[in-house]
Amino acid sequence: MSGKPKLYYFDGRGKMESIRWLLAAAGVEFEEEFLETQEQYEKLLQGGFLLFQQVPMVEIDGMKMVQTRAILSYIAAKYNLYGKDLKERALIDMYVGGTDDLMGFIMMFPFLSAEDKEKQRAVIVQKATSRYFPAYEKVLKDHGQDFLVGNRFSWADVHLLEAILMVEEKKSDVLSGFPQLQAFKTRISSIPTIKKFLEPGSQRKPVPDDKYVETVRRVLRMYYDIKAN
Amino acid sequence: MSGKPKLHYFNGRGRMETIRWLLAAAGVEFEECFMETKDDFTKLQKNGFLLFQQVPMVEIDGMKMVQTRAICNYIAAKYNLYGKDLKERALIDMYVEAIMDLNELFMTHPIQPADKKEQHFATIVDKATNRYFPVYEKVLKDHGQDFLVGNQFSRADVQLLEILLIAEECKPDILAKFPLLQSFKARISNIPTIKKFLQPGSQRKPPLQEKDLPKVMKIFY
Repeated sequence: MSGKPKLYYFDGRGKMESIRWLLAAAGVEFEEEFLETQEQYEKLLQGGFLLFQQVPMVEIDGMKMVQTRAILSYIAAKYNLYGKDLKERALIDMYVGGTDDLMGFIMMFPFLSAEDKEKQRAVIVQKATSRYFPAYEKVLKDHGQDFLVGNRFSWADVHLLEAILMVEEKKSDVLSGFPQLQAFKTRISSIPTIKKFLEPGSQRKPVPDDKYVETVRRVLRMYYDIKAN
Repeated sequence: MSGKPKLHYFNGRGRMETIRWLLAAAGVEFEECFMETKDDFTKLQKNGFLLFQQVPMVEIDGMKMVQTRAICNYIAAKYNLYGKDLKERALIDMYVEAIMDLNELFMTHPIQPADKKEQHFATIVDKATNRYFPVYEKVLKDHGQDFLVGNQFSRADVQLLEILLIAEECKPDILAKFPLLQSFKARISNIPTIKKFLQPGSQRKPPLQEKDLPKVMKIFY
C-alpha cells in the first residue's frame, strides 16, 4: 500500500474532477484506477467497496470514502483549505455551493443530444454571467483581497478557478465583464501546485468526449436519455 | 432583532425542511418569514439578501446564509451535531449526502409529468429499499449502538429520521424489512427536542399537497 489516496472513477472529469483539483492544489500525490468495463464495476460492488453502489470512491486514510461532497470536505479540512473557524467555513461552503451548482449545469452536457447541447450552452453562459460570476466578482471587489475567504488560499478559490475554466471552455470570452475574476484567474493559476496541475501531463482530465460518454454508459448500463434541467 | 435565526422560504418543506429539523433537534428556537407570491421573492432578490438569488436563506449570527448544505453544516457544527473529529465528520458527511440524494428524489416527485409519476415512484422505492436503507440497517447492526456515528447523537441521526418518515408517508410499510431502522426511528423520535418537533403545532411542515403546487411554482417561475 502506497499511502497515497487512490481514486476510483472513469478516465474523465465527471464528479471526480473537483477532487483531483483539490488534492493537486494541496500538493497531494494520488493514484487512479480507471473504470473501463462493467466487470470492474461489478467487482467493486461485490467487494463492498462502494457504500451506496456509486463512484466517485476514494481510498484515503484507511477509509473507502464515497459521496463527492464528503470527500471534498475531508480533503479541505485535512489540508487546511477550509478556513480558520466556523464562520470562514460557512462562507467557503456557500461559495463552493454556488460553483458546484454552476458546474452541475456543465456536468450533464456531454450526455445531451446535439440540439439540447446548444440550448444548455446558452443556459450555462446565462447562469454564469447573471447569477454566479457577479456574486464572486462582488466578493473580490468588496474586500479587495487576493483570495475569496479570510485573506488566505482555500477550497473556495480552487473550486471557483475550476468553474471559471470550465465555463470558458463553453464560451472563451465569458469573463469579459468581470475584471476581478480575470485577475483572480491569473493569480490562482500561478500558485505553484495549481500551475503544475494546469500543465500538460498532469492528472487533470480533458473536456469529456464521446468516448467518455460511451464508457460511462457502458460501465453503468446508463442507456436512457439524459435531459437538461 | 430577536437573536433567533430567521428562515426565509415558502410555507412548505422543500429544501428548508432539513434545516428546520436540525435547528429543532438542537433545541434552537427560530422565526420564519414566508414568501407567498413572486413579488415577495423578487423583493428579497432586489434587496441583495440572496447571494445567488435563491432560497433557502437563513439569517443567523449576523450572516445571511444561503446554500442548504452550507446552512446545515454551520448549524450542525455550532450545536455539536457534527461528530468529535475529522473522521467522524467524514462518516457523517457520507451518510447525510446519500440521504440528501434520496431526498432529492422525493422532493422532485410532485413535479414529475403525469405519465412519468408511477415509474418515478417505483424508482424511489427501489432506491430507498435496495440502495440506501440497507446501508443504514447494516451500520446499526454492525456497531450495535443507538446512534449512527461515534455513539453520540448527530445530524446523521436527525436526517435519517427525517427521510424514514418521508418514506413512510409515501409507502407506510416501506420499513418492513428493516427492524433496526424501525427501532432507530422509535428511539430518535423519543429524544425530547425531536419529540417536540413531531407534535402538532410545531414548525414542522406537512407534505406538499397537489393543489398547493401551482401556488409554489408561481413564486419561482
